[in-house]
Amino acid sequence: MSDAVTDAASLLSVSGLRKSYGDRVVLDDVSLSVEPHEVVCLIGSSGSGKSTLLRCLNLLEEIDDGVISFDGREISDPRVDARAVRSRIGMVFQAYNLFPHLTVLDNCTLAPRRVHGVRKADAEARALELLSRFGLEEHATKHPDRLSGGQQQRAALVRAMCTSPTLLLLDEITAALDPELVGEVLSIVRAEAAAGTTMVIATHEMAFARDVATQVCFLHEGRILEQGPPAQIFSSPREERTRQFLARVLPPA
Amino acid sequence: MTDWSPSEHELERRRVRRRLRTRSVLIATAMTVLVYVVVGFGITASPGWPRFQDYFLSWSDAKDSLPDVWDAIWLNIKMFLIAEVFILVFAMLIAMARVSRSAWLTPLRISAIVYTDVVRGIPTILLVYVMAYGMPALELQGLPKSPFFWATVALVISYSAYVAEVFRSGIQSVHPSQWASAEALGLSRGQALRHVVVPQAVRRVVPPLLNDFVSLQKDTALASAAGVFEALATSRDYSLYNFNFTPYLVVAAFFIAMTVPLARLCDWLTARMRRRELAGAL
Ligand SMILES: Nc1ncnc2c1ncn2[C@@H]1O[C@H](COP(=O)(O)OP(=O)(O)O)[C@@H](O)[C@H]1O
Ligand SMILES: [Mg+2]
Repeated sequence: MSDAVTDAASLLSVSGLRKSYGDRVVLDDVSLSVEPHEVVCLIGSSGSGKSTLLRCLNLLEEIDDGVISFDGREISDPRVDARAVRSRIGMVFQAYNLFPHLTVLDNCTLAPRRVHGVRKADAEARALELLSRFGLEEHATKHPDRLSGGQQQRAALVRAMCTSPTLLLLDEITAALDPELVGEVLSIVRAEAAAGTTMVIATHEMAFARDVATQVCFLHEGRILEQGPPAQIFSSPREERTRQFLARVLPPA
Repeated sequence: MTDWSPSEHELERRRVRRRLRTRSVLIATAMTVLVYVVVGFGITASPGWPRFQDYFLSWSDAKDSLPDVWDAIWLNIKMFLIAEVFILVFAMLIAMARVSRSAWLTPLRISAIVYTDVVRGIPTILLVYVMAYGMPALELQGLPKSPFFWATVALVISYSAYVAEVFRSGIQSVHPSQWASAEALGLSRGQALRHVVVPQAVRRVVPPLLNDFVSLQKDTALASAAGVFEALATSRDYSLYNFNFTPYLVVAAFFIAMTVPLARLCDWLTARMRRRELAGAL
């Protein structure tokens, strides 16, 4: 299996990925390559397989075919230590999945302290710094259920960023935010990208995708129908399906 | 779908997965055999083993006592099955009384609290004595005097208090947002409890509930203290006449045989509920 063809320059490359639940094929022959510092946005209607693709990238699902390589190494090999891979990949789930029994700060310092062996004081300093960048410093000692949806969303983003992952997978991170906060998160994501974090983002927010993405992938029924720079996808899509989708989600010009 | 066939790479991956699985099965088997061989050897090598064998593992005594124990164990099973139904109903009512908020139900709520506090504090065997010897002495009209009846009542009283607390903890573990969304739909608190919260609570408490029921199955043996001639009493009788304790092990084997199917049934039920609810979630 070591002779798998991988693109040496890419940070993450996926080829021929297939995933099915029983008879239902959710991802079919998905190929994608992500260069360092890139921000790839996955767009497509609900149920098109965006979340499933992100879960596969984080090795949370057993895939049915294809190869996923991270940093020049195949990670879809069953012998690979999934924990080691995940410790370099951050993920924010669509439903946040914050731990309700821990305060926001403890949510954020759990992995740095237990997985990466960072000292408590250092982990808390970094978490507090990130929390204040997201306007959450006064919520650090609260439990997640006391926070609004948007605050929980940002707390989940901070939790994922606390370990300084090489790759961030974000699932609908702007879904629960009001437009003002979308702008804020957008600038943070952009700054994070500039600082060297590579990201794969599933989103419904086309303005966000257009602003922040270096590459946009349109998923339809488990396939990547079209991919390219946002300027091209949003202004002159090649596929009819993409045009239809964009006509539905983009405000009429 | 039909035009897809796994790539060479995927086939190789499946082979690797299979190898990894085989490896963990081998490790599991080897470790299990090793542990049991060592433990078994330790026991049979003990100095008192031959005498123990004579008193507790006599094949002929096991065979002789088996028919009587077999007949008597039906009494335990009957008692368990009857008690179980009443316990489930009473316990649920007590739990619902405890989580109610209505001002009208305050006396009920207080009674429920006092009941669980008091009853859980009394050793079950004491309840069995009090019920089986005390209640018939009251000469209440229309109530049976049989020790079987009163021993069953004692078990119902005792276990209702335990199981009520299990139900209550399940109800309280359901996230407040579930109450909120039920009430937002216009459901009353009682309706929210009945249609939304309790069904979720019941699923969560299946394992601790099973614990209590296994315990109940065994505690049917306490009826022997009330003079019910159930399995334990029968084997004690045999032991005293024949000076051999093997029948106790026969009874133990019967109790184990009763609990194992119950445990597997509960495992299967919980696994099925999880599969149904978690498919597609996250
Ligand atoms: N665990 C699962 N079992 C069965 N089907 C699933 C499961 N998870 C997702 N699916 C199906 O996979 C499809 C893609 O889901 P998802 O990746 O969540 O879509 P998206 O995030 O693009 O909205 C959906 O049709 C969904 O029903
Ligand atoms: Mg999704």
